[in-house]
Amino acid sequence: MEWVLFALFSLAALGGGVGVVLSRNAVHSALFLLLNFASMAMLYLLLGAQFLAMAQILVYAGAIVVLFIFVVMLIGNERVDDVVARERTMLRIVALILALLFLGGGTYALVMGRQASPAGAPEYGSIQAVGHLLYTRFLLPFELASVLLLAAMIGAIVLAGRTRPPLGRPKE
Amino acid sequence: MIPTSYYLILAGIIFTIGALGVLVRRNALIIFMCIEMMMNAVNLTFVALSRQWGSLDGQVFVFLIMAVAAAEVAIGLAIVMGIIRHRDTTNVDRIHLLRW
Repeated sequence: MEWVLFALFSLAALGGGVGVVLSRNAVHSALFLLLNFASMAMLYLLLGAQFLAMAQILVYAGAIVVLFIFVVMLIGNERVDDVVARERTMLRIVALILALLFLGGGTYALVMGRQASPAGAPEYGSIQAVGHLLYTRFLLPFELASVLLLAAMIGAIVLAGRTRPPLGRPKE
Repeated sequence: MIPTSYYLILAGIIFTIGALGVLVRRNALIIFMCIEMMMNAVNLTFVALSRQWGSLDGQVFVFLIMAVAAAEVAIGLAIVMGIIRHRDTTNVDRIHLLRW
């Protein structure tokens, strides 16, 4: 069963990766990237890293892909290919099957990851274990990461926030 | 239990796909996505080896990489927006001026 899940999720990850490179439409690329990230999260679950799997879904699938899609749609220079209605119902069925597969596989992987954890408290890969490590041995990098995020936030606001005359161009 | 080497091979393949995408595609956004994919492949090796050695250090590292990736995407997309505002293109071959 574990092998089946590994095969399923690694194939999904590979398919997503190939899709990102090959698809002509940038929105499709972003969605393939989402597939890649989600199956990566499932692989983390198989490896017993529950906390990282959730962080992966929150940070990558939740934030980064949404940012990408935002920017692609703001640019809006992509071809909008209209899908005929018949294909759309087909897509719905395929999407439903895929979603159920991911849900079932993820649940199973979670259970398997729990069983696979080596003996010793607290549970390997759990929020508690990783969090303890983050606040003891890796406290300084952890705090530095928060400073980095703050700097990135300010930088993004400065770069993309308001329109102003660009630097270096003489005023006329 | 699936051997660690399988995860490493998978991560290698995904990294290669990402590198190929960076080399082949000319859209700055797609190149960005491919870079993210390569980061993810490296994260997978970290998690796999972390299990291999029964240590959580690799997972903490992946967590920090995620923070850096989020910062990188925010800044990078802001830069892409700025380039589009000035030069009206996302083609990296046509972005070749440091100033204008």
